[in-house]
Amino acid sequence: MAAVQGGLADTNEEKDIKTEPSSDGFGNNNANDGRVLSTSPGSSASAGINKSATGAPEDQQTLLAVLQFLRKNKLTESVEILRREAGLPEDSPELKGSDSSGAGSGGAAGSGDKEGGDASSLLSRVTISSSANLATTVTSSVTAAGEDQPDVNVVLSAYNQQGDPPLYQVYYSGLKKFIESVLDCHRAELSQLFYPLFVHMYLELVYNNHESEAKAFFEKFSGDQECYYEDDLRVLSSLSKREHMRGNETLMDFRTSKFVLRISRDSYQLLKRHLQERQNNQIWNIIQEHLYIDIFDGMPRSKGQIDAMSGSLAGEGKREANKAKVYYGLLKEPEIELPLDDEDEEAENEEGKPKKKKPKKDSMGSKSKKQDPNAPSQTRIPLPELKDSDKLDKIMYMKEATKRIRLGPDNLPSICFYSFLNAYQGLTAVDFTDDSSLIAGGFADSTVRVWSVTPKKLRKVKSAADLNLIDKESDDVLERIMDEKTASESKILYGHSGPVYGISFSPDRNYLLSSSEDGTVRLWSLQTFTCLVGYKGHNYPVWDTHFSPHGYYFVSGGHDRVARLWATDHYQPLRMFSGHLADVTCTRFHPNSNYVATGSSDRTIRLWDVLNGNCVRIFTGHKGPIHALAFSPNGKFLASGATDGRVLLWDIGHGLMIGELKGHTDTIYSLRFSRDGEILASGSMDNTVRLWDAMKAFDDLETDDFTAATGHVHLQDNSQELLLGTYMSKSTPVIHLHFTRRNLLLATGAYNP
Amino acid sequence: MAEERRQKQCSVSLPTESMKAMAESVGVGQLQEESCAALSEEVSYRIKEIAQDALKFMRHGKRRKLTTNDIDNALKLKNVEPLYGFQSQEFIPFRFASGGGRELYFYEEKEVDLSDIINTPLPRVPLDVSLKAHWLSIEGVQPSIPENPPPAPKEQQKVESTEPLKVVKPGQEEEGTIQGKSQGATPADGKGKDKGLIRLKPRSTHELSVEQQLYYKEITEACVGSCEAKRAEALQSIATDPGLYQMLPRFSTFISEGVRVNVVQNNLALLIYLMRMVKALMDNPTLYLEKYLHELIPAVVTCIVSKQLCLRPDVDNHWALRDFAARLMAQSCKTFSTTTNNIQSRITKTFTKSWLDDKTQWTTRYGCIAGLAELGPDVIKTLILPRLTVEGARIKAVMEGPVVSNIDKIGADHVQSLLLKHCASVIAKIRPQPDNMEQYRTDYGYLGPMLCSHVMKARTQAALQAQQVNRTTLTITQPRPTLTVSQSGLSGSAGSRTPSIIKVPSSLTLMTPRPGTPSQPSPPATKYIVMATSAGASSTQQYEFTSVSFATSTLQPLVKLESGSGPGLTSSRPMQKYIVVSLPSSASSSLETKSSVLPTSISTTPLEAAMKLDRSESPGASTQSPH
Repeated sequence: MAAVQGGLADTNEEKDIKTEPSSDGFGNNNANDGRVLSTSPGSSASAGINKSATGAPEDQQTLLAVLQFLRKNKLTESVEILRREAGLPEDSPELKGSDSSGAGSGGAAGSGDKEGGDASSLLSRVTISSSANLATTVTSSVTAAGEDQPDVNVVLSAYNQQGDPPLYQVYYSGLKKFIESVLDCHRAELSQLFYPLFVHMYLELVYNNHESEAKAFFEKFSGDQECYYEDDLRVLSSLSKREHMRGNETLMDFRTSKFVLRISRDSYQLLKRHLQERQNNQIWNIIQEHLYIDIFDGMPRSKGQIDAMSGSLAGEGKREANKAKVYYGLLKEPEIELPLDDEDEEAENEEGKPKKKKPKKDSMGSKSKKQDPNAPSQTRIPLPELKDSDKLDKIMYMKEATKRIRLGPDNLPSICFYSFLNAYQGLTAVDFTDDSSLIAGGFADSTVRVWSVTPKKLRKVKSAADLNLIDKESDDVLERIMDEKTASESKILYGHSGPVYGISFSPDRNYLLSSSEDGTVRLWSLQTFTCLVGYKGHNYPVWDTHFSPHGYYFVSGGHDRVARLWATDHYQPLRMFSGHLADVTCTRFHPNSNYVATGSSDRTIRLWDVLNGNCVRIFTGHKGPIHALAFSPNGKFLASGATDGRVLLWDIGHGLMIGELKGHTDTIYSLRFSRDGEILASGSMDNTVRLWDAMKAFDDLETDDFTAATGHVHLQDNSQELLLGTYMSKSTPVIHLHFTRRNLLLATGAYNP
Repeated sequence: MAEERRQKQCSVSLPTESMKAMAESVGVGQLQEESCAALSEEVSYRIKEIAQDALKFMRHGKRRKLTTNDIDNALKLKNVEPLYGFQSQEFIPFRFASGGGRELYFYEEKEVDLSDIINTPLPRVPLDVSLKAHWLSIEGVQPSIPENPPPAPKEQQKVESTEPLKVVKPGQEEEGTIQGKSQGATPADGKGKDKGLIRLKPRSTHELSVEQQLYYKEITEACVGSCEAKRAEALQSIATDPGLYQMLPRFSTFISEGVRVNVVQNNLALLIYLMRMVKALMDNPTLYLEKYLHELIPAVVTCIVSKQLCLRPDVDNHWALRDFAARLMAQSCKTFSTTTNNIQSRITKTFTKSWLDDKTQWTTRYGCIAGLAELGPDVIKTLILPRLTVEGARIKAVMEGPVVSNIDKIGADHVQSLLLKHCASVIAKIRPQPDNMEQYRTDYGYLGPMLCSHVMKARTQAALQAQQVNRTTLTITQPRPTLTVSQSGLSGSAGSRTPSIIKVPSSLTLMTPRPGTPSQPSPPATKYIVMATSAGASSTQQYEFTSVSFATSTLQPLVKLESGSGPGLTSSRPMQKYIVVSLPSSASSSLETKSSVLPTSISTTPLEAAMKLDRSESPGASTQSPH
């Protein structure tokens, strides 16, 4: 009874903590969060801040934690006192106690059967759940998963139920035979079962110390698995002892998250009937315990459709996970008096004081006035006020935009390549400012270097003593504060103590962010060329960081599997986006600053809502860690590139994969849309820049209602038609791309002779 | 196959013997077999785990090579203290040892003398990171500039020429011509591909763009024109430009036609120019010349063995042309000879046949011998040495016999010196000492005594060189070129002077190695000692190179500046010595500034700036003056 109640209490709590991405559908969040909290003491407090944002009582969580600690140490009296003081109900701590005592499987079938080990009860459960409504089974099992504690013992104890080890091979090959014998249309769908079953059976064998059987099992069946699981299989293969399972992250992922499969109702019935007939409890048990089968009505999917979506560490994203509404439209451009530039070239010269005239009524202006129905409201996320300098910059931007080249298949952009010479394989990250005037490079030797690519040299503000001397009343005071003597083409920023993996300029060009192996994100001033803040929170390497297009906010993601949202004036994160099952490898802001996309080593891409921290999209389909993300300028689409050398295109509104661009032969490190979104450029480790026809890719696939409803896409293999050009560099991997405001493509990389 | 590999992955673990060896190394003897097995499994697992984490760091470092730093970082992730100071000069720093039925790999740690470390000069300062921009593409077309890879890589040129009628199915194209797409990737290219059609592959364009036509005209005119400077530039362009493959058929026709015409007209100068073009083409690493050998080889052979190459054979030095062409021939034999085309054996046969012919003129005879001799000591040993007696008799007949034409005499004279030059070094190697005149005469006939003295000379020279090489390697402490600027004893007045101009005499250009030059039997490692005197207290100084010796073929010149205080310390005219040493061409140069005795305000930065070379640039540029 306590467990059931506890389960309810737990769900309530989840609701309270809105910022924790509890509804993302993988059902593992509590466990994952717990892991994060326990590894980084600083972050528990920051999570508390999250909660306060949505009005939850933040002390309660802390109190519960204290109570749990006291109970653990058998300080019952103190528990009593504290509980009385805080006025907490009796059963909240009870829940914690019962959970940590194990039997995480107890609630799985919702029957309250805590022992849940012997075959007969399993069988009965099978029959119960088959007769019961499937939907309720599913939901209750999600709740059960939600109860999982991070304690390894509890997690592993699920493997306690063991059958006869030598029979595992028989079970598996029996299922294999069955699946091979079914109709073609079902075979592809049911084949999805192979990999998760294989993994869990292997782990069960290992856990129960049947080492030789495990090895034999692995050797016999590992060859059958899809090639894109090879990386995970390699991890599994090295794991051959029960002791190894402790502390292995990949294993934790397998265990704490349910592997999600999408199977049509017909195929599922077929499988269920087969397993019932054969009384194959072992396999059924694994399916119940470790898999989440997302059943849909309709035609079974083809092999190609399945292959396109699978490949992630924990199966496909659930359909429900991608149902939330995403406001992908752009924010209304602020009204700026745009000076009429007389249609002549001279206007370009007078940058300082543009003449104020009547606003220009061009297509740009009219477009921005109309509110996009898909756009979030202007104040959904509080954005910083525009400063005068920002307005000037916007004006410059619009001027440049009028000179922009219209790109298309017949009008390809020119590419200017900036090679880093003598980098000795040490270049790890590059970024350009939006106006393409500065390049920043992060290096493995912990330095950050900034170059000016225009004739204008980099100047820093004079020292305080010198600043006292200047005349503060003079008109050109802003010029006078700059130190001409030390002006140079490049500046070096010292501060990190590990390789710099991520780098990002602020939109106003005043700041630079860098993230490093040392676990910090640093904010640098480009006025003084000094470090302003070191943001500590990630305890492990921070792989990437990105400034919001509106400034002020930025996002970072790292090895601790959490992406964090920060504001430059807070030293603690505002939001923590947790849910990824492996390192967060790249982070990007949506053009409207309301969403953040993160790519991960678990081979999924997630889209997070900045407002409430929810995960609103999970995209699966990549077969390797994701290393590049790019939003289309209109905010509707997302492109992603991974180590598998493929670029995938996603429709954010519908939550669908809409394209696959094949051609690269190595990791894609950079993706960028042209300013108007017609061309997608991709840069890769294979030393090439490729240009793709983005317009055509998006036009071709007009999503109908059916596809949108089921989430099944049929991708045509038209990469070759969409490929507009391939440009090979001379042994220089392309690690960053940037379109200037006039649509000139800039590419960078380090020359490795 | 994948299955096999995976099985391997699954079972790989460290052998128990290594566990034992490791245990012994930390003082634990007699480890149980079971403990070893358990340990090895555990250790293998941990190592794999760390390797997998290290891969993550490699990926984020945007590299393909896993470095020791990645492993350190992975260890840090696991809260393990990283290994400090791991570095290795070699790729695999392990040594193998066996004995007592055990095999061991161990890490060799030598005892190092501290004074050695202190006395070794500091390693060169690495060049600073710099940024360089170039056009990767201009409106969709990749310009063929040195910064970009050659539009058609050599392999593709080869494929195009060797498999002219490859059948390509539309789907296959992706894998096959990824690189080839770089140029022809126009939208029309993609659309023109009809599904299901089988295409014949080569659509090699035979049109040259206007620019290319202009270039061709300029280059050919410069190559055979009268201006030597222009010619050098043109040849340089041919030897380095990556985008020439489309013009290659034109060039090869130009050369073969040119040779044909100029042999008839006995235009020696033009023949030399054309041969230099061949050389430049062969030097260009991006060209696939095999396709045009049928035109180039006859042209080269003509220049070796033609009866007459110049209008006045008695005066003009057509022998040099023959030598040069023979060297070219030898080089192309080395690079292009395969078991299918058998160039070397065919060429050898041709030369031998006409050499054996009695009626062959002395000029042709010279060419044949030169051609054979350039093919290497083995050819000399098997083909030339046995015929020395016969050839000697023939030469004797001309030299000592009745008065014949002057031309024959000159010819015989040249053949004689040629034979002596090439054979002496070979004999010196294969023939045991002592060198006996009489013995030589019986073995080699008329040429015997002369050969004997040449061999003796060669032997002493070799011995001398061995010494010299030892000595010079001592002076060159660093294997990489360095520029040392040390300034001392500069008086205050001199300090304000701007860095002075070093006049590089034209003779320096001769030092740039010409791979075509025959490798001298034993060239002494060269040292250029350049003495310089300051030209008074005026603002400019001029330096003259007082002694310049020649460079060897494998070494690159490099400037070493050293200034000592002048004869009079009070004098404001410090004497400056510039020592130019030649060093291996393998690496780029670096700068090492020795601390100056007196703090001088002559900044070395302009020099540094000049020495900051892009690594893509030729290291030879280090001879440039600082201004």
